[in-house]
Amino acid sequence: MRWIEAAAALGMAAVAVAGLEQSPATSQAQPPPTVQMPQSEGMPPVPAPVIPQPVQPPPFVVVVDAAHGGSDTGARLSGGIPEKEITLGIAARLRSTLHARGIVVVTTRQADVNLMPVDRAQIANRAQGAACLVIHATATGSGVHLFTSSLSPTGNSRFLPWPTAQSAYVTQSLKLESEIDSALAHAAIPVSLGRASVEPMDSVTCPEVAVEVAPLVGGHVTEARPVTDAVYQKSVVDAVAAALEQWRSDWKQ
Amino acid sequence: MISGMVSRAQKYIFFAMLFACVVMAAFLIRLRNRAQDRLQQQGTRAPADIAETTATAPRTVTLYVPNDLDDSLTAVERSIPMPADENAQARVLLERLMEAWRAPDSTHPINAASGVNDVYFLAAPQRRDRAGDEGQMAVIDLNGALAAAQPSGIEPETLTLLSMMETLHANLPTVTQVHFLVDGRPRDTLAGHADLTRTYMASEAESAPGSGGGGR
Repeated sequence: MRWIEAAAALGMAAVAVAGLEQSPATSQAQPPPTVQMPQSEGMPPVPAPVIPQPVQPPPFVVVVDAAHGGSDTGARLSGGIPEKEITLGIAARLRSTLHARGIVVVTTRQADVNLMPVDRAQIANRAQGAACLVIHATATGSGVHLFTSSLSPTGNSRFLPWPTAQSAYVTQSLKLESEIDSALAHAAIPVSLGRASVEPMDSVTCPEVAVEVAPLVGGHVTEARPVTDAVYQKSVVDAVAAALEQWRSDWKQ
Repeated sequence: MISGMVSRAQKYIFFAMLFACVVMAAFLIRLRNRAQDRLQQQGTRAPADIAETTATAPRTVTLYVPNDLDDSLTAVERSIPMPADENAQARVLLERLMEAWRAPDSTHPINAASGVNDVYFLAAPQRRDRAGDEGQMAVIDLNGALAAAQPSGIEPETLTLLSMMETLHANLPTVTQVHFLVDGRPRDTLAGHADLTRTYMASEAESAPGSGGGGR
């Protein structure tokens, strides 16, 4: 008796599954109402063109990721200051500047906490940012180093492998890098461009650029300044914010 | 009684044979000592002999020396004697490159006494996006001292990797992929930034904007 009950239950479940599979057919049986155009005799009915509804543009969100944090101190900069402190300071300054310009900002961390690369990528991907910036600092080189993922660009698809998800956004990342490069050059800050493989950049699904701030080496037009210099940091942040404001009107193209 | 039984002739033969035994023993001991001396002399000369047989005439090689200030790699030609063995060639190339990093006027200073433990070659694994790539993968086992002395940052670490990849690929064109270990073990990053968990394509170094002057 119990076998029969079980078989009956299975049968009902199978019907339920079949019903689910048939749901598209059911929806076909009840098509959305269409307006019939006036037609001549003998011609098949032609559905009227569907008037497109106005689509709300996705919000312009910028994700700012202050690299390192917690036990991951990053590089040692001038005066023995750990990189994690400098990146957090620059990220906070950039967040305030972007807020003042009316741009929505999502940050990965606002305190000295441990954050795994996979968590950073998840925060960025959930925010569906129009631009994602990773802030780094180093004691080597001069000016600002801009890096995009070293992955080869690929077409966008519905499912992206986690380790190479950025490949679908590399072309846009390069455009964003170009905007930031122009803004920094306008602010007379030396810039170098490069491709690099740094976690979690390759797993992020938005146009992403790593902004690595190095000390300013004194030259003909520049005055020597350490990474910790507040005036230097402000000039970098202002230039990046100006580039993102420009990106707000360019990123959909 | 017994002496009376041994004839005088037998006595002469006995002493003559005893004398011959002593002479032969002395001769053999002398031969053994000579052989020992000869072996010892060969043992002390062995490394030099091997070097003479394996090192060939000086060859012009190209080293890609990084410059931290403008994020570029500069090709520098050197004439150095290269061993015949490919693994040894790779080690010599990388050691020469690291000498440039250690130089007092270096544009990419890394002050590590030793840099490379070894270089191994494997058949490059086929990749879906690189059909027909039948080159070799070089596995570079870096010394922990080099990783410890490496300045931390995306730019300096990336330049270090690109410089090694470009130098190997330029002088050993069959090297198409490069993987890095530190003290024989896989490691997440070189010094907190550049990813060492992945295998790099040698062509990445060629196409990197930093290669040959990406800075401005």
